[in-house]
Amino acid sequence: MHSVVCIKQVPDSAQIRVHPVTNTIMRQGVPAIINPYDLFALEEALRLKDRFGGTVTVITMGPPMAEVALRKCLSFGADDAILVSDRAFAGADTLATSYALAAAIGKIRENMPVDLIFTGKQTIDGDTAQVGPGIARRLDYQLLTYVSAIREIDHEKREILVERRAEGGVQVLKTKLPCLITMLEGTNEMRYGDMDDMFRAARHPLKQWDRLAAGIEDPNVVGLKGSPTVVGKVFAPKPRSQRAEIIETVDNDPKNLVVTLLAKVFTQHPKLEREIERLAK
Amino acid sequence: MAILVIAEHDNASLKAATLNTVSAAAKLGSEVHVLVAGANCGAAAAEAAKVAGVAKVRVADAAHYETQTAENVAALVVANAAGYSHILAPSTANGKNVAPRVAALLDVAQISDIVAVESADTFVRPIYAGNAMATVKSADAVKVMTVRTTAFEAAGQGGSATVEAVAAAADLGLTSVKGRELTKSARPELGAAKIIVSGGRGLGNSENYHKLLEPLADALGAALGASRAAVDAGYVPNDYQVGQTGKIVAPQLYIAVGISGAIQHLAGMKDSKVIVAINKDPEAPIFQVADYGLVGDLFEVVPELAKAVG
Repeated sequence: MHSVVCIKQVPDSAQIRVHPVTNTIMRQGVPAIINPYDLFALEEALRLKDRFGGTVTVITMGPPMAEVALRKCLSFGADDAILVSDRAFAGADTLATSYALAAAIGKIRENMPVDLIFTGKQTIDGDTAQVGPGIARRLDYQLLTYVSAIREIDHEKREILVERRAEGGVQVLKTKLPCLITMLEGTNEMRYGDMDDMFRAARHPLKQWDRLAAGIEDPNVVGLKGSPTVVGKVFAPKPRSQRAEIIETVDNDPKNLVVTLLAKVFTQHPKLEREIERLAK
Repeated sequence: MAILVIAEHDNASLKAATLNTVSAAAKLGSEVHVLVAGANCGAAAAEAAKVAGVAKVRVADAAHYETQTAENVAALVVANAAGYSHILAPSTANGKNVAPRVAALLDVAQISDIVAVESADTFVRPIYAGNAMATVKSADAVKVMTVRTTAFEAAGQGGSATVEAVAAAADLGLTSVKGRELTKSARPELGAAKIIVSGGRGLGNSENYHKLLEPLADALGAALGASRAAVDAGYVPNDYQVGQTGKIVAPQLYIAVGISGAIQHLAGMKDSKVIVAINKDPEAPIFQVADYGLVGDLFEVVPELAKAVG
């Protein structure tokens, strides 16, 4: 059982703001983290290794500093790590990124077949959820998105049975291996390595592949040149209103507060009162 | 060139998300077609034909579209993609499963979760978990995109589109649906609810969440939601989550109880018509987006509110 987990080092988006004057993203002081969704993907791959044995390889495309993220994954229990890094990859959109990663995973496959590829459901910087599906298509793997649990793997039949989140519930799906899975958040809890794991991770010889090592001959299919989409301007989301009208009463008694609130809401939105009457029936 | 909308439906009826997607498509300035792929889905197709702004409904009715497995639907879309400049699907669990496959098969870069159309090749979408918006320009010949439904009005009725059958594509037979487990709830579905009562970490634990919010939701006929913090703390399951990475909602009334208002949560509910926030901290960011704020002890206020509307 060989799983490849795709991860990305991203800025912690919760701390990202748009500069109010220059309309640029303020990245200064924002820590770089492993895309949180990718950790659910990694943990799921590690659990499969616990169950069935095998190997977990992590891969990322990014600048040299992404090595930190890969070493962290090694300390969590990944067996090997590959950094796909080349100036030619700069400015890649989801299409060009999926092309580069698919090529690199194709190279990994030359040494050891890959049964499963894992990604998080999306990254928290681009929020597109496209790189996983793009890789699956380019390697001709089956694709399962938003998977919440892996129920069974039948090694003889080369089949996998998973739960997937759908509208209003879960779907149980069966498909063939090899397969790419995009993993939903909150589905497992990441294990953490101890001191020994961290030392092992720090000593591990990390593989670094440039464009040619990743098996990409044509420089025009990666990076900015290989990207049909470009981001134009960025801006801050529009604030909804100035500030809430704070409901107050002389005594601030909960009952009086509630009555005052409802009176205000229903006076200004008379339709809402009728709607509530209808719904509550 | 026309525009193709992939319909969201359950064979018997058309889902509301399709209507918002048709509105987004109408902004692109050419003829809008709707593709309905299903089994015995004539009723859904007939509904699609009545949607204002739809010129043509194309129906692929075959047994292997019954469960609308993404790989089969994507193959059908690709087989019928000629003549379309844009292919749109709603950002629902279903649309987000089909559209990326279509984009990958067509070898184009999908534009995800658009919230506005600037021109036929430039769109606005949220990035950085909703902390920023970006315009994205696409040079692809066919633009595949998903649409954030709450950002577009639902298309109205009164259309009279022609309905034509399209040949089914082959059944790829690689993925099969082995079962379906619906979350059982007497309450309305979060994505479609007119009123939502949503709880956060301020409730303290799972027991309080249910004890306090359920009576209020019952009195209002509301759906229940939660912040990511409440979901992470295990108060309620994952599918309760409202926010950039959970459900994006826009009900008539959103009541946020004990939710401080992380940006990722605000991104998921700020399009609600009326927002009421109850929080003991007057500085909580939720008050920046709420219309009405109640600063107080939610353990006292919420039961009173349930009584007052009940």
